[in-house]
Amino acid sequence: MNVPTRNRPPRVGDAPAFRRALIGIVLTFVAIVIIAPLAVIGYQAFSQGFAVYAAAISHPDTLHAIGLTVVTALIAVPINTAFGVAAAWAITKFDFWGRRFLLVVIEIPFSISPIVAGVAYLFVYGLQGLFGPALEQADVKILFALPGIVLASMFVTAPFVARELIPLMQAQGRDLEEAATSLGASGWRTFFSVTLPNIRWALLYGVVLCNARVMGEFGAVSVVSGNIRGQTNTLPLHIELLYHDYQTAGAFAAASILALLAVVTLIAKVLLERQGAGRARRRPALAAPVAAPKTASAEISS
Amino acid sequence: MKIRLDNVVKTFETFRAVHGVSLEIESGELVALLGPSGSGKTTILRMVAGLEYADAGHIYFGDEDATDIPVRDRGVGFVFQHYALFPHMTVAENIAFGMKVSKVRRDKTAIDARVTELLRLVQLEGLAERFPGQISGGQRQRVALARALAVDPKVLLLDEPFGALDANVRRDLRRWLREIHQELGITTLFVTHDQEEALDLADRVVILDKGQIVQQGTPEEVCRNPASAFVMNFLGDTNRFTAAVSDGVARLGEARIPAPGFDDGPVEIFLRPSDLGWSSSGAGIPATVARVIDRPAGRRILALTTTGEAVELDVAPETQVSAREQGIITIERARVYATG
Amino acid sequence: MARRILPGFPLALGITLVYVSIIVVLPLGALVFKAASLGFEDYWRIVSSPRAVASYRVTALSALGATAFNLVFGMALAWVLVRYRFPGRRFVDALVDLPFALPTAVAGIALTTLFAENGWFGSVLAEICVKVAYTPLGIMVAMAFTSLPFIVRTVQPVLEDLDPALEEAAQTLGGSDRSIFLRVILPLLAPALLAGLSLSFARSLGEFGAIIFIAGNQPMSTEITALLAFIRLEEYDYQAAAAIASVLLITAFLMLAVTNILQARALRYTARG
Repeated sequence: MNVPTRNRPPRVGDAPAFRRALIGIVLTFVAIVIIAPLAVIGYQAFSQGFAVYAAAISHPDTLHAIGLTVVTALIAVPINTAFGVAAAWAITKFDFWGRRFLLVVIEIPFSISPIVAGVAYLFVYGLQGLFGPALEQADVKILFALPGIVLASMFVTAPFVARELIPLMQAQGRDLEEAATSLGASGWRTFFSVTLPNIRWALLYGVVLCNARVMGEFGAVSVVSGNIRGQTNTLPLHIELLYHDYQTAGAFAAASILALLAVVTLIAKVLLERQGAGRARRRPALAAPVAAPKTASAEISS
Repeated sequence: MKIRLDNVVKTFETFRAVHGVSLEIESGELVALLGPSGSGKTTILRMVAGLEYADAGHIYFGDEDATDIPVRDRGVGFVFQHYALFPHMTVAENIAFGMKVSKVRRDKTAIDARVTELLRLVQLEGLAERFPGQISGGQRQRVALARALAVDPKVLLLDEPFGALDANVRRDLRRWLREIHQELGITTLFVTHDQEEALDLADRVVILDKGQIVQQGTPEEVCRNPASAFVMNFLGDTNRFTAAVSDGVARLGEARIPAPGFDDGPVEIFLRPSDLGWSSSGAGIPATVARVIDRPAGRRILALTTTGEAVELDVAPETQVSAREQGIITIERARVYATG
Repeated sequence: MARRILPGFPLALGITLVYVSIIVVLPLGALVFKAASLGFEDYWRIVSSPRAVASYRVTALSALGATAFNLVFGMALAWVLVRYRFPGRRFVDALVDLPFALPTAVAGIALTTLFAENGWFGSVLAEICVKVAYTPLGIMVAMAFTSLPFIVRTVQPVLEDLDPALEEAAQTLGGSDRSIFLRVILPLLAPALLAGLSLSFARSLGEFGAIIFIAGNQPMSTEITALLAFIRLEEYDYQAAAAIASVLLITAFLMLAVTNILQARALRYTARG
């Protein structure tokens, strides 16, 4: 009569031996592939003691690189955010010819090597490029200077804010804004008091990810910056320079700052996901379980 | 195959879903598990299938104790509430699935022949190559049934088989399921919260409340002789009164309702609207008409008694009655239950 | 066209178009223009030079290897995160995104240090005579790291949303774990897997920062295509840089097109008939 309490019947893959083995293997790989790189950065940064670390961080060239990286982010991220909001508003609140095509174009930078982006910018603003000679005459420096770094950063991060907002605003529809407008609210008023409160976490999420990418961008920036020490070296470029100069401790000290940024970004990401951010993009339409580069366009076409 | 449940218990987290249910289903019988949501009916069905484990008690298939047989070896056909058709397989592939994964090897021609036969049985011959997303809800339902029947199950289990369908489709499918059952004679257990569906379709109805069986019997038995106030209430519209019994008789207004076997004291009296009448005189409950609702089968009167209770009663379509009219509610049949 | 009810259309679309034109379309157009101005023969000579072809080979093969690793590991990781409960699950879930958050240059020096002959892993591997740093294997490691989250993050939500009744239905029909996984679960994950695979592969083809530290960058053996374009620039050979970059660009667009076609095929069952 006495039957022990059993819980649910096993689902696929619930056999205890299989389960334990799989968890074990996966966690081992996580340790090797994800945790070890993070650990080695910290280990190397402090391998010669805290004093060396502090000296490396406070070296004028390192401080300059940090400053340039921060300035780049301060310019590129807000502009990018404004673009992302404008693009999401245009694409989700209105129907117009070429909407799907516009979505594809916005997503292009995701699929393209940052090196290609850097090379492409050379052919616009470089001496070999479309505007190069004219810029040279007017004595305007874009390449190998801050504007070029900012432009390249904006290219690689162009989709970041838009792709968080578009699926979410698409799912939310237009009813709220139409109601606000019918009650007499102006466009700005409608946006700030009706739309923004509903998208703020997704917006912040996009901004956080965009910022992380801007501060960490290497390929595109290394083409357009000219790598001038103490002038056009962003932090990632400075790390390369130190590393190739065999200043390992200095390179890892600088790297530890960016690694810390990555960890902070991950924490912010988890906190924002608890507020529901990032979900609209990760969970597209039920019928089409795809989170692809074309997620947003697939949703809009359906 | 005869199914027997012996004192089956199931608890989820802290919620006890099924309390010691014992039940026998004869071979070839068509039985409905009827109850409101949370009554444990789906849990019982899933335990019979092996999709949940019972915490205590036993489930027998024939003479064999099936309690610990895993679902894949239990040989049941299960039709899910939302059908659970494999969306990436065609109708024919869905039906063939069970035969393809079976330990019993079947060659392709045998499988194809069986699929064709089942498609004919469920009247979907033309739809073999469609995907589930391309057919209607009623058609999906029939594919789900064909898929469940394909593995020659010992018992067929259906979870709210018509729950997701329109009223018209539902009525047609109900008749059709009855026919299939007659043709195949397979022991069938289905779950529903719709009393009309249960009474319409089943040989026997098992009524559940809060994880326990409160009554079981043929549709006639449960309709004519509801075992408790709950069953009475659940099976159809009722008017509920409290009254006092003295000397085996309860008084409701001027009406005297026999209550043999009840001790003196308060009781509950349940009256179906169709068991009441409207009259200008006689022994009954004095009341005033508040509203008259016309329906195809007759008229329903909403009346207020002089003591302020709302009563619903059904009268013949030609009855002349209008709002604010005063009269007497006459009682043709009443059921008396001890105050619960 | 329907009347526009909400305000702000000209402004929002104007900003969008100006931004997209200046930031995305203009540079890519300039690159294509530059490459096109080469003339077919010169173009072909550059892009089919032995050094370029060797770079395609090592890039594509390493990307294939990295993607294959990520297919297995990413799928297993997604499965473990969704289907099992174990201490530290949420922590691991958050860590999955590290390769996206960690700047590629940082990843590059970290992986190189780990896999160098005196590194934590390199020294162990050296004992079984496996060299990773400064070999194509190193390229593969860097690619696998930087594209790791794609497959996990595309498969995970689909696996979470998979209707448990489908699995139960397959169980009642007598399916073993193996056959249910292969015939029911895997096909339903296929569109997401394909999406993750192509994202992972595309990212690997274009990756630069993490690879150049670990690759060794020897022409004809460990020089990836992106690096070759970069080197041509540093040599002031702008035409060659344009031509090689255009190959990467065309490949990226081809990948996008192939992905869409494959996905449409994998999802053909959702089409209404």
